[in-house]
Amino acid sequence: MNSIRLRVNGEERLVEVDGPESLLHTLRERLGLPGSKNACEQGECGSCTVLLDGEPVCSCLVMAADADGADVLTVEGLAGPDRALHPVQQALHDNGAVQCGFCTPGVVMSAVHLLAANPRPSGIEVREALAGNLCRCTGYGAIVRALAAPPADLAEGAS
Amino acid sequence: MTTRVVTPVEVEGGVGVSVPRPDGVPKLKGEFRYSSDLRHDRMLWGATVRSPHPRARILSIDVAPALAIAGVHAALVASDVPGNPRFGQKVADQPVLADAEVNFWGEAVCIVAADHREAARRAAAAVVVAYEPLEPLTDAEEAARRGEAFRTMQVVNGDQSLRGEVAVEGYYETGVQDQAMLGTESGLAVPDGEGGIDLYISTQWMHVDHRQIVDSLSLRPEQVRLHLAGIGGAFGAREDLTLQVHLCLLALHTGRPVRMVYDRAESFAGHVHRHPARLWYRHEADRQGNLVRVEARLVLDGGAYEETSGAVVANAAYFAVGPYRCPSVKVDAVAVRTNNPPAGAMRGFGANQVCFAYEAQMDRLAAALGLDPIDLRLRNALGHGDRMPTTGQEITGSLPTAEVIRSLAALPLPDESPGDDPRLLPGGVGLTTPPEAVRRGVGFAVGIKNIFFSEAFDDYAEARVVLTPDGLEVHTAAAEVGQGLVTVLQQIARSATGLEKVEVVFDHTVRIGSAGSTSASRQTQMAGGAVLEACRALREEALRRGEGNCMDDRGVWSHGDLMATWPMILAQGPLEQQARFRHAPTEPPSPTGQGNLHAGFCVAAHRAVVDVDPELGLVRVVRVDTAQDVGRALNPQAVLGQIEGGILQGVGLAIMEELLVDRGVVRNASFTDYLIPTILDAPDVEAVLIEEPEPGGPFGAKGFAELPAISSTPAVVAAIRAATGRALNRVPVRPQDIAGL
Repeated sequence: MNSIRLRVNGEERLVEVDGPESLLHTLRERLGLPGSKNACEQGECGSCTVLLDGEPVCSCLVMAADADGADVLTVEGLAGPDRALHPVQQALHDNGAVQCGFCTPGVVMSAVHLLAANPRPSGIEVREALAGNLCRCTGYGAIVRALAAPPADLAEGAS
Repeated sequence: MTTRVVTPVEVEGGVGVSVPRPDGVPKLKGEFRYSSDLRHDRMLWGATVRSPHPRARILSIDVAPALAIAGVHAALVASDVPGNPRFGQKVADQPVLADAEVNFWGEAVCIVAADHREAARRAAAAVVVAYEPLEPLTDAEEAARRGEAFRTMQVVNGDQSLRGEVAVEGYYETGVQDQAMLGTESGLAVPDGEGGIDLYISTQWMHVDHRQIVDSLSLRPEQVRLHLAGIGGAFGAREDLTLQVHLCLLALHTGRPVRMVYDRAESFAGHVHRHPARLWYRHEADRQGNLVRVEARLVLDGGAYEETSGAVVANAAYFAVGPYRCPSVKVDAVAVRTNNPPAGAMRGFGANQVCFAYEAQMDRLAAALGLDPIDLRLRNALGHGDRMPTTGQEITGSLPTAEVIRSLAALPLPDESPGDDPRLLPGGVGLTTPPEAVRRGVGFAVGIKNIFFSEAFDDYAEARVVLTPDGLEVHTAAAEVGQGLVTVLQQIARSATGLEKVEVVFDHTVRIGSAGSTSASRQTQMAGGAVLEACRALREEALRRGEGNCMDDRGVWSHGDLMATWPMILAQGPLEQQARFRHAPTEPPSPTGQGNLHAGFCVAAHRAVVDVDPELGLVRVVRVDTAQDVGRALNPQAVLGQIEGGILQGVGLAIMEELLVDRGVVRNASFTDYLIPTILDAPDVEAVLIEEPEPGGPFGAKGFAELPAISSTPAVVAAIRAATGRALNRVPVRPQDIAGL
């Protein structure tokens, strides 16, 4: 076991990890943050997407030990202090972009990253940015409607 | 989106409006607890040892090396199953753990439990199973010749001597599609310390699981309590048992909570898939284009165990002609037993395979007759008052086939130019397709399917509603798999009572009776029907007590006066109603497949526009428009979500999704090798909702959500045929099929 230090959702965490375990496993099984999902463990589906030092990664492909010292933002860390939805979450909610919801945390994190860099993405820009997030329920239509050409305040709060 | 009916809303959040789903916020925040998120003190992890052979004799199983690993608490084999060693939804033919023989690749042989996930995996790998491989039967035609059949049927209707003036014949194949729901199989079993167990599980039908689990564990029914955990999609994959009994066995054996979560590879091995099919067709018509006779022979590969193969092949046979009138029909159909992975339920349930074939046949027939393919379909469109061409059953409910065809044909087509943005060309930004190489094609298809369980199945759903000072509770065992049942039950309860504060409560199996399966497009009508009945009875009782004529969250009213508040009314005793809803009864089939076998039907039409690079075999599905029979849209946004999601699964079967099974061995059990459509593959969709109220459906609603996955597939393939001139008789269409390699 190694001890690593992470800043997770703004909070300093010291955690013991097994040598080869993934950041996803550390988040879900050791840090009590099961919001990030495991649907393929091969980096294909994006359900485990988190922001690692601001960049979207499949946390199933990141060795926890390699993330030592990093800043990690998960879906649990997005809502405001009043527990209000992040604008990206609100837009997905309003457009009916959630069905089973298993892909949703990953979709949310990829979208937060996109909107931070590009507050008014076109439909094709949304598609390019979310190409690594598989969804089996929605057919993606509602996700595109939620995120493309958003209201001006959508990117506010995006880290 | 266009709708023809405006629904009056009498209560906030009632039927007809796009109410957001109540579990949406927790899902968006990562707070919703799926069956794979559950934890318990002193919890163990389970893992499964699976057969690497499609068929083999088991000579010995040595679990000692597994038990020698630190932290391993159990390694169980077939002889450790205390009750019925076999399970199955219809026929108990599948071993809980294989005993003498394994009959498919990936069959469960042994289960282990350890105090860490990795220890459990190591233990599973350490179990030594000695196999004597046997020759597997993997060819469906050979199985049919040998009479290895789960169900063989012949459907014969009308004057068999009728012949048309024009005939077309065709042979078609469909590959193995996987449900690929994002949440893999998972659950948590917690022993109660008194010999019983609580199982928190993702399933489509708790009560049918419960029956099989109790049987295999040899426990009393009340000793096993199933609780619905959060479900990450289903699409049929959770209709049959996977790890349920295994979890309970390990937990009861160790006396500790046990959690199992399949990884993606194991998920592919663990659940049933869509039946691959081989289909022979002959269509005959008169010169005007009236169908005269349809003959078909259908061979579906059911794999090693029966699961729901009998019902799937029946659907294929009964819907083999499609939504068309035809006076003379003969269908031979068989679901065969092989050593391929078991096939079972997937969205569409037998209707998809035949739709791919009969719609290709309709296009061929139109070409042979020199008719417009849409006109040919309209000429033969089946509707209310007609008889099913296969079973002879009169259609007494709504079936707006002509309407869906006309409405879809009336939608404008997009500009013919594919443009020159490489992101929007076949192959994407790889820049492999120059704009001038792209050929555009348009294809049209119509599909039909039954709603509910058929053939005299005792199909019912139970619901209970309880009024508390905090609002109305709707109790149900119906599985919310992502489709939005939790929302629609709320809406139905609101509109039925006038109460706005409604909460849906998923009870465990001892607390409430079965709601039946979340499948067969049935829960909006079945669970919804039960909630509506219970709510109406509760309202009647409340109005009687309050001496009023309407109610809201404050109490009972009469002509603008609040007669009694809920605390006053509830002081007279609890307000609670239970209902058990049944649809109209159905009959068993005659020996020739005749009778009133179904209680409802649904149709949809799809029109696909594709851009194809004919040399490289690349396809981009530009758009798939649809007209969809919905009875009445209780939640238009959720309806559109089901339509778009179903269409994309149909697109997947058309051009990319296939589980490759090589002599019984699955070669692509991962999301790296089994491709499902990404957001870049998703076509734009315009949906016209045809709202012709379904008699007996709650507020006129009709189950519909399998249809989007049915005729979208043949529409896409018809569009590729139009673009390339290739015959394309097999799905998924592969690049080499288009390029002619």
